[in-house]
Amino acid sequence: MGLKILTEHINVPGIETYETYRKMGGYRSVEKALKTMTPDEVVEEVKKSGLRGRGGAGFPTGMKWSFLAKPEGKPRYLVCNADESEPGTFKDRVLMEKIPHALIEGMITSSFALGARTSYIYIRGELMFVLRILEKAIAEAYANGMLGENILGSGYSLDLHVHPGGGAYICGEETALLESLEGKRGNPRNKPPFPAVWGLYGSPTVVNNVESIATVPWIVNNTGDEYAKIGVGRSTGTKLISAGGHLNKPGVYEIELGLPVEEFLYSDEYCGGIWKGRKFKAVVAGGSSVPILPAELFLKTAEGVPRVMTYESLSEGGFVSGTMLGSGGFIAMDDTTCVVRNTWNFARFYHHESCGQCSPCREGTGWMEKVLHRLEHGHGSMHDIDLLVSISKQIEGNTICPLGDAAAWPVASAVRHFREEFEWHVRNPQEATKPGAVFNKSEAVLA
Amino acid sequence: MAKITFDGIEVEVEDGTTILNAARKIGGNVVPPAMCYYTPLKGSGGKCRVCLVKVTAGSAKDPRPMPKLVASCITPVQDGMVVENTLSEQAMEARKGIVEMLLINHPLDCPVCDQAGECDLQNLSYEHGTSGTRYEEDRRTFDKIDIGPLIQLHMTRCILCYRCVYTADQLTEKRVHGVLGRGDASEIGTYIENSLENEFIGNVIDVCPVGALTDKTFRFKNRVWFTKPMDAHRECETPGCCGKVVLWSRGEEVLRVTARKNEYGEVEEFICNTCRFDKKEMSDWIIDGPRHIARASVIAANHYELPVINPHLVPDLPAHVVDTQIQDQN
Repeated sequence: MGLKILTEHINVPGIETYETYRKMGGYRSVEKALKTMTPDEVVEEVKKSGLRGRGGAGFPTGMKWSFLAKPEGKPRYLVCNADESEPGTFKDRVLMEKIPHALIEGMITSSFALGARTSYIYIRGELMFVLRILEKAIAEAYANGMLGENILGSGYSLDLHVHPGGGAYICGEETALLESLEGKRGNPRNKPPFPAVWGLYGSPTVVNNVESIATVPWIVNNTGDEYAKIGVGRSTGTKLISAGGHLNKPGVYEIELGLPVEEFLYSDEYCGGIWKGRKFKAVVAGGSSVPILPAELFLKTAEGVPRVMTYESLSEGGFVSGTMLGSGGFIAMDDTTCVVRNTWNFARFYHHESCGQCSPCREGTGWMEKVLHRLEHGHGSMHDIDLLVSISKQIEGNTICPLGDAAAWPVASAVRHFREEFEWHVRNPQEATKPGAVFNKSEAVLA
Repeated sequence: MAKITFDGIEVEVEDGTTILNAARKIGGNVVPPAMCYYTPLKGSGGKCRVCLVKVTAGSAKDPRPMPKLVASCITPVQDGMVVENTLSEQAMEARKGIVEMLLINHPLDCPVCDQAGECDLQNLSYEHGTSGTRYEEDRRTFDKIDIGPLIQLHMTRCILCYRCVYTADQLTEKRVHGVLGRGDASEIGTYIENSLENEFIGNVIDVCPVGALTDKTFRFKNRVWFTKPMDAHRECETPGCCGKVVLWSRGEEVLRVTARKNEYGEVEEFICNTCRFDKKEMSDWIIDGPRHIARASVIAANHYELPVINPHLVPDLPAHVVDTQIQDQN
């Protein structure tokens, strides 16, 4: 069994209550930080830990915190990004649902480190039941003096609010999230200025993922150096992976970074292999927006080195033969999966979720979806495949926020790795449109 | 002050200036186009992405190139920055792509559009677009909505630059129109049929880069290139109105009144609805003289004035710029 930091007590009955959580050693980090440490010392510990943002981009959390501007007379804010809406990612939901106090403890300690007096948890609108769990937990924390005025007699005060989103994927982008939190239309802002300088209500703001914040208490309790010992190289600590798709044991797993992918996929402790004894075809390793990889390139890099679950190893080979760890939304696909259909499904999602602010994303996501729809339904031509690549190139890197990239990468990578399958759809429209029809490389006649 | 190199031309600008404005200081062919950025409107810019440029050196302190193309209208300059626009193949390629994106759902009904001849999108597609389209699907259409007796909204032509939204925010007290919906279903609307009635709302017609918002009092009356533009003014009693306009007339008849725009199509002083829609007699106005149409527009059909960099402003023009200037003149 690997080390568990976040999910150690997840199965303890009653862990969602303050009493049980406290009994299991909860809120120790609040006591330690508020009574014995200065805010800068907490930031220093997080920096030492090498913790990288768990929301997808993998930006070092400590570094992000140290960028926070500290002008006189302006409040600072910590906002927790719990707007987890990426297809394939469902780790934060489990964490908040099962151990809500872990997030609240992390919010208190982190807010103390950043000097925030008011903090927000922006939660996905679809997770109203989780919002109620969190609100109940926050009320318990207030009742026990962990939130509110003068926490534990330290003189530090904090108010914590939970705010539900309205159901837009784009509000998971940090500046769109801030706009939405301010009560405006959830459009991403132009950067610079970054939220660290101009964030919520024009004040310096740090936006962190749920998992990153929930990890902070462990770092404070056990020091950053201890945390940095877990994992491999610059990928330190543990990571929640939400494994889904055609697996024997889908679910949320906490892994130590550096776990071999083969072990994660096939061992009984984790995913338990591909279901129904089928062959492993492809994988989306970090949520729908990262490039899709065929099985052989996922298990081993192009050079034949077995991959491990770290930020670096998964992106080995760049976008030509690699992918990203992303937010940890692991979607495995067996050999009955049609990659064209899957890509169309992703494209449909991004088309629906584009905010419509900047032109490449607004027009391009819809266009890609239409072309993929055509290919999937047997009306495509060979020219359409190149057209897809061309559109994705026109979107990638030219948009305000990363949603454009997120829409372009899955399409570009699917064509890159599964071009034969796209061509098969064009050549055999009648066969390809039959329900359940899948391209089979060994049987297909390739002209 | 910050010194930057834009397309091989050095220019010194104040700190905090955007790359686009630094390029406009140079002028001429090197200036990136802008469809959504509008200098007088605070907060505009960054949306259309046609002004993307390549930054090959971030600053004197940190001369690394920026990884992505940046929107020149919102990116402030740094001392020692090196920017490439027309010199960068990547930027030109990206711009071509963006123009294509802007056009795929545009109806291309220029022959019946009142904006034709003074349309920024038309100019942009002539300069950077391709002659054909790769888009085979149906173009996006919208239900028609009536936004009042003075302004006509053609949502199908809209490129969602948000300029009219910022105009209403900044010139009028209460905005009644905005962007509804999301993604490619977003549209300019008034939610529950409302008419735009503020005294300064007519300015949305001038700021619109395409024919999405047009003047109902001028609708289908004439093509702009048949009309004669004249500078004129009157003592306007509306507070905040400058009273300085352009009259577009044919013979003695004033067909249309607009605010005065500079060479980048930007209105510097806004006018009120009374000046724009009600004063349509020659006798209402004091004529200042013929209007200088600066851009390569069909309005100036017989006297094209090409954008040329003033050699007094930038003394050491690199060879490639001088060459193109001479070519243009021929």
